[in-house]
Amino acid sequence: MTHVLEARNLTRDYHIPGSLFKKAKTVHAVKGVSFSVDQGKTLAIVGESGCGKSTLARIVTMIDPATSGDMLIDGNKVDIAKERLTPEMRQKVQIVFQNPYGTLNPRKKIGEILTEPLIINTNMKADDRRDKAMAMLKKVGLEEKHYGRYPHMFSGGQRQRVAIARALMLNPRLLVLDEPVSALDLSVQAQVLNLLADLQDEFQLTYVFISHDLSVVRYIADDVMVMYYGEAVEYGSREEVFSDPKHNYTKTLFAATPRADVESIKARLARKNAA
Amino acid sequence: MAVAEIKTTKPQTGFAEFWFYFSRNKGAVMGLVFFLIILFVAVFAAFVAPHSPSVQNRDVLLLPPGWTQGGQWTYLLGTDAVGRDILSRLIYGARFSLFIGLVVVTLSVISGVLVGLIAGYFRGRTDTIIMRVMDIILAFPSLLLALVLVAVLGPGLVNAMIAISLVNLPHFVRLTRAAVMSERTKDYVIASRVAGAGTMRLMFLTILPNCLAPLIVQATLAFSAAILDAAALGFLGMGAQPPTPEWGTMLAEAREFIQRAWWVVTFPGVAILVTVIAINLMGDGLRDALDPKLKRS
Amino acid sequence: MSLFEIENLVVEFQTAAGPFRAVDGVSMKVNAGEVLAIVGESGSGKSVSMLAAMGLLPWTAKVTADKLLFNGIDLLGLSPSDRRKIVGKDIAMIFQEPVASLNPCFTVGFQIEEVLRIHLGLDKKARRARAIELFDLVGIPNPAERLGHFPHQMSGGQCQRVMIAIALSCNPKLLIADEPTTALDVTIQKQILDLLMRLQAEHGMGLIIITHNMGVVAETADRVIVQYKGRKIEEADVLSLFESPKSEYTRALLSALPDNATGDRLPTIAEFLSDDQIFAGAVR
Repeated sequence: MTHVLEARNLTRDYHIPGSLFKKAKTVHAVKGVSFSVDQGKTLAIVGESGCGKSTLARIVTMIDPATSGDMLIDGNKVDIAKERLTPEMRQKVQIVFQNPYGTLNPRKKIGEILTEPLIINTNMKADDRRDKAMAMLKKVGLEEKHYGRYPHMFSGGQRQRVAIARALMLNPRLLVLDEPVSALDLSVQAQVLNLLADLQDEFQLTYVFISHDLSVVRYIADDVMVMYYGEAVEYGSREEVFSDPKHNYTKTLFAATPRADVESIKARLARKNAA
Repeated sequence: MAVAEIKTTKPQTGFAEFWFYFSRNKGAVMGLVFFLIILFVAVFAAFVAPHSPSVQNRDVLLLPPGWTQGGQWTYLLGTDAVGRDILSRLIYGARFSLFIGLVVVTLSVISGVLVGLIAGYFRGRTDTIIMRVMDIILAFPSLLLALVLVAVLGPGLVNAMIAISLVNLPHFVRLTRAAVMSERTKDYVIASRVAGAGTMRLMFLTILPNCLAPLIVQATLAFSAAILDAAALGFLGMGAQPPTPEWGTMLAEAREFIQRAWWVVTFPGVAILVTVIAINLMGDGLRDALDPKLKRS
Repeated sequence: MSLFEIENLVVEFQTAAGPFRAVDGVSMKVNAGEVLAIVGESGSGKSVSMLAAMGLLPWTAKVTADKLLFNGIDLLGLSPSDRRKIVGKDIAMIFQEPVASLNPCFTVGFQIEEVLRIHLGLDKKARRARAIELFDLVGIPNPAERLGHFPHQMSGGQCQRVMIAIALSCNPKLLIADEPTTALDVTIQKQILDLLMRLQAEHGMGLIIITHNMGVVAETADRVIVQYKGRKIEEADVLSLFESPKSEYTRALLSALPDNATGDRLPTIAEFLSDDQIFAGAVR
C-alpha cells in the first residue's frame, strides 16, 4: 500500500548572505530526515525550539522547497522548486498553525474564511459553498450563528476549531498540525484533541502532529519521531519510543518532562523531608 | 460532541467599540464637530453665505468687521479691497479647501498604497528601486518640490493638487510597505497561500484590508497638510489663481493690507488654522481609537 | 505571622463593555520557606492578583482588599515611594517572557547593577563583584564576560537566569514567579525549575509559582491554590490535591491531563460543568 506521505533524506539549508561585517553562513535546518506515514495514522514529531520541526512542516505542506531529498505524496514526487504546484496537489496537504490568534484573517468573517479555499479552487456556486462551510462549522462543534462573526469575538479554542475546519474544506489527504494545542488551556486542549480524533476517524485523515509536549504525543501518536538540531535521532512506533528510547537526547527529554502523578509527588516530598 | 466554550464578555460591534475609544478623547470629538460644521457650511454654501463671493460692491471697499466702528452687520467679517464680503468668500473657500484635501488624499493614497504594496510584497530589487526613488522625493523640501512641479506644469489649482499628491507619495508608500511587510509573514496569510491563493488575491484581498488602520490616520493628517500646502502655494501665486476664493489665494491678495486692513489677512488665516487643527485633532483621536496597542483592555 | 497575606482581593478593570472583575474575592497566605503554586487557566486572574498586590497594574484597575499584608506591613496603604522600597527588594517577581522582560537597550550587567544601586546603594566595585557573584549563583558560565552582553545575544534560558539573578540580588523574602518556564523548552524548563527550588531552599524564601501546567505544580509546590475566572476554587497541600481533589473543577482539570486519559477520549470540563456549578463546588 502506498504511504500517504513519504520523505527520503530531506534536507533544508538556509543561506544567509554575508555583508561587510559578517561572513556568509549556511544554516542546516533539516539534515537528511526520512519517514513515512500511512493513511489514518498519526506521526508525531517531537523536539525543542531550533530542532527543525517547523521547517519540516513547511516542507511537507509545500510552502518551502527542500534543498535536497525526495518527498512523495500518495506516491507522486513533489518538488516545488522545480515545478509549479497543480491545484490537485495543493489540496492534498493542509496545515493548522500553533497560534490561534494569528491564524484567522482579522478582517474577514468566519464564513468568508471558510469559503475562501472553495472560491479559489472550485467552481461551486455561492449557495453550495455556504452549505459546505456551514456543515464543516457544525462538524467542528461551532454553531450557525458563528458563521457571520469576526475572529476577535472568539476564544483561542474556538479559533483553532475554525482553523481546523478551514484546513478540511478542501478534503485533504494529509493534515499537518504545527503545535495546534500548545497555546490552549488544558480543558480546551482536551476538547480540540477529542475533535481531532473524531475527525480522523470519520474522514480517515492522516496527521503529522508536531509538538513539544510529550504527554500529548503519548496520547495521540501512532508513530513518533524525535528531532534534535535538524536530525531525526529517534523514529519508531509510540510503544517502542516511549518504553525503550535509544538516543541520549530522547532519554533527556523524557527525564525533563514534569510528571503530574501522585507517586512522583510522594517521592519528591520524601526526598525533601529527608534533606 | 462537546459544545464549544462561550466567551464571557458580550461582543461589541465594531463601530460601538470604535466610538467608545474615540469619544474618550475630548479634543478629537471637538475636532470632529468642527470638521462637520465646516463640511456642512461648504456643502450648503449657497444657502449659508449672506452674499455672493464674487460680486464686487464699490460702495463698501475695505469695510471693517461688523462689531467694530465703521462696520456693517451685513458684512460680518468686513470686505476686501474690491468690496467682496469676506465671510461669504471664506464659506465658498471652504469648498475649495475640502475639495483640495479630498483630491490630494485620494490621489496620494491610491498611488501610495499600490506602490507600497508592490514594494512590501515582492521585496528584493523591486523594493530597493522603489524605496530609493521615494528617498529621492523625500530628500527635497516638500514645498520647494511642489513649487518646482507647479512651475513646470503651470500655475493653477489642478496642477497644485498633482504636485502636492506627488510630494505626499513617499509617506504612504513607506507606511503601506511597513504594514505589508509585517502582515506578510503572519499565519493567516500563509494559510491563504496554502489554500491556493495567488499573488493578486493575497495582496489585495488578504493583506491590504489589514493595513488600513495606520493608513486612515495618515490620510486624515495628510488632508490637513494638503490644505496647508495648497494655501502656501496659493499664497505664493502658484496655486489657485484670483479671483478664486481659496483661502491661501485670499491671503496672497491681502498681503499689502496687513497694516491698514488687518481683517482681510486675519480671517482667511484663522480659517486655515481652525480647519487644520480640527482635522489634526480628529486624526489623533482616530489613531488612539484604531491602534490596538493603546486599547484599554 | 505569615509572610504574605491577602484577604478578599478584588480587582476591577474599566473596559469598553463595562467593568470587568478579573479577581473576585481571592484570599491566600504564604509562609516563609514555603512554595505555593497558583494554578488556573487563562482568565483565572492568577497573574493579575499578584500584579495587583505588588501595585504593578495600570491606573485603569481598581484594587481593593480587606487585608494585603507583607511581613505585617499593609501594602495597600503605602505611598508609591514607600512601596518602591519594598517591591523589588523584599518582594521580587520574575515574568514569563525572559527576553522581553529585559531592557533591550542596556547590557544585562547594567540592568542588574541598576537594581543593586537603587536598593542597596553599593558603590561601583561592590556592585560589579556582587553581580558576578549572583550570575555564578544562577549558573551562568563566564559571568564576568556575560555582564557586557545584551539580552538579544542570550538564549531564553539564560535570560531567565539573569532575571532570577536580578530578582535575588537584594535577598528577597518573597519571590513571585509568573509562568517562569512557559516560554522555555522542556529541558531548559527543568533546569530553571531545579534552580528556583534550590535557591528557595538555600535562602529560605517564600516562593509563589503561577502556572497553568499541572506537571510544574506537582514537581515544585508544597501547597496549591486552584483559581477559575477570578475566584479561588480549591486550596490544599499538593499531595491531597492530586490524590483526592475535593472540587469538581480540580477533578476535571486533572482528568483532562493526557497522562491521565482512560480510553480514547479526554473528558472535557464543558461536558459536565457550567460556571455556576464550578463556583458552587468551590472548596474555600
